[in-house]
Amino acid sequence: MALDAITNPKTGEPERSWEEIRQDFPILQQSVNKHPLVYLDNAASTQIPRSVLDTLVWYHSTEHSNVHRGVHTLSQRATNSYDRAREKVRRFIHAAHAHECIFVRGTTEGINLVAHSYGRAHIKAGDEIIISALEHHANIVPWQILCEEVGAKLLVIPMNDAGELDMAAYRELLSERTRLVAVAHVSNALGTVNPIAEIIELAHEKGAKVLVDGAQAVAHMQVDVQALDVDFYVFSGHKLYAPTGIGVLYGKTELLEQMQPYQSGGAMIARVTFEETTFTELPYRFEAGTPSIAASVALGSAIDYIESIGLARIAQREADLLEYATAKLQSVEGVRILGTAKDKASVLSFEVEGVHPHDVGTILDGEGVAVRAGHHCAQPVMDRLQVPATARASFAFYNNYADIDALVAALYTVKEIFGV
Amino acid sequence: MSDLRNLYQEVILDHNRKPRNFGVLATANRQAHGDNPLCGDNYTIYARVNDEGVIEEVTFDGSGCAISKAAASMMTVRMKGKSIADAEVLIQEFRDLMTGNLDVSGEHHLGHLTVFEGVARLPQRVKCAVLPWHALQAALEHKESVSTEGDHDPLGN
Repeated sequence: MALDAITNPKTGEPERSWEEIRQDFPILQQSVNKHPLVYLDNAASTQIPRSVLDTLVWYHSTEHSNVHRGVHTLSQRATNSYDRAREKVRRFIHAAHAHECIFVRGTTEGINLVAHSYGRAHIKAGDEIIISALEHHANIVPWQILCEEVGAKLLVIPMNDAGELDMAAYRELLSERTRLVAVAHVSNALGTVNPIAEIIELAHEKGAKVLVDGAQAVAHMQVDVQALDVDFYVFSGHKLYAPTGIGVLYGKTELLEQMQPYQSGGAMIARVTFEETTFTELPYRFEAGTPSIAASVALGSAIDYIESIGLARIAQREADLLEYATAKLQSVEGVRILGTAKDKASVLSFEVEGVHPHDVGTILDGEGVAVRAGHHCAQPVMDRLQVPATARASFAFYNNYADIDALVAALYTVKEIFGV
Repeated sequence: MSDLRNLYQEVILDHNRKPRNFGVLATANRQAHGDNPLCGDNYTIYARVNDEGVIEEVTFDGSGCAISKAAASMMTVRMKGKSIADAEVLIQEFRDLMTGNLDVSGEHHLGHLTVFEGVARLPQRVKCAVLPWHALQAALEHKESVSTEGDHDPLGN
């Protein structure tokens, strides 16, 4: 709250207050089930600010055409915007080269691309892939399928009751057989921030490559792929205040260059005859077909928006909201928080004693409070914690303390209805 | 609040807290498993059907939300002693109730099972209420399992 009055070090201008910033999001101005919408499902999808919505309208009103195809003016404008968006992504994650940032549909496609194009070429029978107990299904299933196909082995870093990875066990799992380590930067189910710098360093000592699933991280903290020395980093636009259908796979040039295309067709070729095709250069080799141009441009706009507020300020705001929400929920009898790692992003998984999470979710929705209820595509996490599912509130900087108070009030409604 | 009260009626909450006919039926000659992979609800329905085609005993076990558990519990209470032909009528009527195709004030055999009417207004929860009914149908048809996803969608779509 104290941060509301500070000035922006770059511009010297007073920072906009969080309440002003909240007004940037038209969707939050509505009522749901006769209550003002309290949107706490940001780990699933974040909402889109007006400036990004305007970008979509502007792009479709003034530039829309196909990229890298035509000699006409609109095609050139669209191509310029598309290239500028890639450059914004490069700067945002501190990549060395824009061509290392491949536009994909989202995190899931990015991981599948690596499993297909890198995995099949470099992982053989007897090799090992290490994932963690905290992974989303998107960072489990592609590796399971790959292991089954090539006869490699999938190993899992265990976690403790707080939802933190067991780093001693990780050191034990690493060996000369380890080819790839695939871990989440931040757990979607519990909010745990994993020590990925250390995970990467240890893997590299054994000569293994590392893929980090950054879907839950990029909106909340600075990511510097060069400082991390990460080999592959993947994230989605729709968790970064941009639309669905766009995401980014970052890969080091030396790795991307030796990888075969994931999909093939137009845009990714240098020369096609019926006898032979040669593939074009990075990043286009991995972007077959007409890309999601508008969503890419919107992603660039979302990055501009985030940078106008500043990730450091966002991180502090979300830490304040998480601290407040954690204390508030702990004060409600019968509510148990799952995931109590020391380093957490703004995700709060919980259960209400005696009430199934889906019933919690339905009643909260009836009160206008949107949370996720379910296994969060992380069934192994649920199994480890011995719960069928959880309810999950996840916060973005545009949430406020009143949202959290509304969540708590709605939890008392749950308890009243179920008599617990 | 009134909508929520309409959904979570006392009889539903009571069957959730104290499910009837809950447990494995050792003498069952029909059983089927039903699960909803997207939300994790999963139940097994056990039935003993005699030579005359009458459901002598029916029980369930498993876990899930209040809606699915109460639906399973109240279904088993209703089904005991019914012929398979009568059970099939009830299954169809309950399905119609959930898809909004049953005139609740008209002629039907559901009795107080119409307390689930409120669920029909929440499309994301309809699968919860229908799951045990679909599992029962599978058991009566000698199928081993059903899922709310894929080919065995309980709403038939």
